[in-house]
Amino acid sequence: MKSFTKFTGIVAPLDAANVDTDAIIPKQFLKSIERTGFGKFLFYEWRYENEREKPDFILNREPYRNAPILLARKNFGCGSSREHAPWAIAEYGIKVILAPSFADIFYNNCFKNGILPVVLPDQDIEVLFRKTREIPGYQIRVDLENQRIEDSFGYMSEFQIGSYQKDQLLQGLDEIGATLQSSQIIDSFESAHKIYYKLGVKIY
Amino acid sequence: MGRTLYEKIWDKHVVLEQQNQPSLLYIDLHLIHEVTSPQAFEGLRIHNRSVRKPELTIATMDHSIPTTDRTLPFRDEIAKKQVDALEKNCRDFGIQLFDLNSSNQGIVHVIAPELGLTQPGMTIVCGDSHTSTHGAFGALAFGIGTSEVEHVLAAQTLKQFKSKTLAMNIHGHLPQGTTAKDLILSIIGKYGHDFATGHVVEYRGEAIRNLTMEERMTVCNMSIEMGARAGLIEPDSKTFAFLKGKQAVPEGELWEEALEEWKQYYTDENAKFDLTADFNAAEVIPMVTWGTNPGQVAGITETTTLFEDLAEDQIRPAKKALQYMGLEPGTPITEIAIDKVFIGSCTNSRIEDLRKAAKIANGYKVADHVEALVVPGSQLVKKQAEAEGLDQIFIKAGFQWREAGCSMCLGMNEDLVLPEERCASTSNRNFEGRQGRNARTHLVSPEMAAAAAIAGRFTDVREWPVKERKEVSLQ
Repeated sequence: MKSFTKFTGIVAPLDAANVDTDAIIPKQFLKSIERTGFGKFLFYEWRYENEREKPDFILNREPYRNAPILLARKNFGCGSSREHAPWAIAEYGIKVILAPSFADIFYNNCFKNGILPVVLPDQDIEVLFRKTREIPGYQIRVDLENQRIEDSFGYMSEFQIGSYQKDQLLQGLDEIGATLQSSQIIDSFESAHKIYYKLGVKIY
Repeated sequence: MGRTLYEKIWDKHVVLEQQNQPSLLYIDLHLIHEVTSPQAFEGLRIHNRSVRKPELTIATMDHSIPTTDRTLPFRDEIAKKQVDALEKNCRDFGIQLFDLNSSNQGIVHVIAPELGLTQPGMTIVCGDSHTSTHGAFGALAFGIGTSEVEHVLAAQTLKQFKSKTLAMNIHGHLPQGTTAKDLILSIIGKYGHDFATGHVVEYRGEAIRNLTMEERMTVCNMSIEMGARAGLIEPDSKTFAFLKGKQAVPEGELWEEALEEWKQYYTDENAKFDLTADFNAAEVIPMVTWGTNPGQVAGITETTTLFEDLAEDQIRPAKKALQYMGLEPGTPITEIAIDKVFIGSCTNSRIEDLRKAAKIANGYKVADHVEALVVPGSQLVKKQAEAEGLDQIFIKAGFQWREAGCSMCLGMNEDLVLPEERCASTSNRNFEGRQGRNARTHLVSPEMAAAAAIAGRFTDVREWPVKERKEVSLQ
């Protein structure tokens, strides 16, 4: 996973609450056994009709087509746990999502895929939506290291993020590799831990 | 200071704690299926890693499989490839798989409890958000992403931050003619689609203690629909009675030992929750969702929203939802006609659900313009239903009787709601496009779904003239 650097980019306003992972990547694309190939199907039912782009959908309009920052309303990423949703978002090229709140599983999945979900207070989200309406091609600068977003018109906000998640993005940690370093601790836990279910295990 | 049920399970499973880092939590049971696991196995192969404890992972096929005749060839080539990949992965890594020919196959959240794999005090994860279902047994169970599936396969643990706790105190009794589905839909309707985000919710109180295990599973299943990380219910004598004799449950001395262990899992009287909410079960009536999230819901005697009772930030989403659903504000729920009925899903496809739906359907005919499906949650449920003659009740009434799977809940197979068709569904999500592109989903209980199939529109099941079964053909 690439590490996360500071950058400035266009903000695409997706003015919807409760954007669920079914909307982010619909079920017909979940049959793939690959980790890639989902970007072109991001927001499929909102983006396309009869395989043609819907001109009024935000990501089908200039200058938002390649926007790396998505602005949305509360409870973003609710519903299904499918990691295909952040895979699709990352592959499409969105690096940051700004919203008043995120659903838990989606929020966790973001950090494993190089996406920064930024929780901002409602009033900041309102300000940002207004700015995207008023300023053509509105851009913000995202600085994860200093936990700060700002524009060139005087808006600045600091955001909260756990230090562990921050490191995940900044350093692109191999979480499994790190856990496997503790294998002996897991061994000793396991030897004292009892599990009471058993099936007639048939090993191939 | 006492501990909550959640804290007791958490403490029992912490392998390692480090400052500013998530805890390393041991996972007792890992459930996998064809859709969210292939990329995890691919990751293991890329890094040349093995599965740490293959005997603690159980696999089944449920999401993308057909529910029609299993002896026919698999028509969806891409879905077939996914199912084949699961089979190969299980074989390569030594994981037990209940495949399409297995008598134990079924929806992952139906089979684990019915086999007795789901037990109090356990940690259970699955790459599926409705893993919260297993909380009905007092197990800490939650959905995870595919990266985490890979982590559990490799290390039998997960890195987790502790959640906050929420006590949902449910007072009073559920009235006659209402169900666990109506209860959980009412709670989500009152508190909202994201009320419990960041929390593990424990359902408490008299109304919960009175529920059967299957009803408790329906409640915990939809915890995720109010944003909760997991749902929990304290195990009690009903839990233990349900488990006794199940395939994977120990017998004899080991049963006694397990029972002693399970009895420790309750919330201490002086334990503190981060948040407390109250709900009066006595006010529940049969519920029908009218919108595109489960919190957009009304009673059968009510109408679609008139926006008056909504908070300001809910008005615009409600207008958008009604537009998608093709409904006017203030439409009486009983005037909404339907095209399809789906009785199934990890929310409502257990034997008790099918018995209740069959009781309504017995002796009636599905309305001419309605296509109705009954999809048992597992092969074991199907077999039991057939032994009780429930299949014949459904078939005579004009319902289709299918093989076990997730089916029309998410429409990954051929079981779809077509554009602008309206479906009464016993599943858990009424999101835009969930059951098919531009499909309109109304979430209801199995009883309400069966009644809607026959009436062709939503109807108050409390007034339904039930016809007694004359003969019971036990096979």
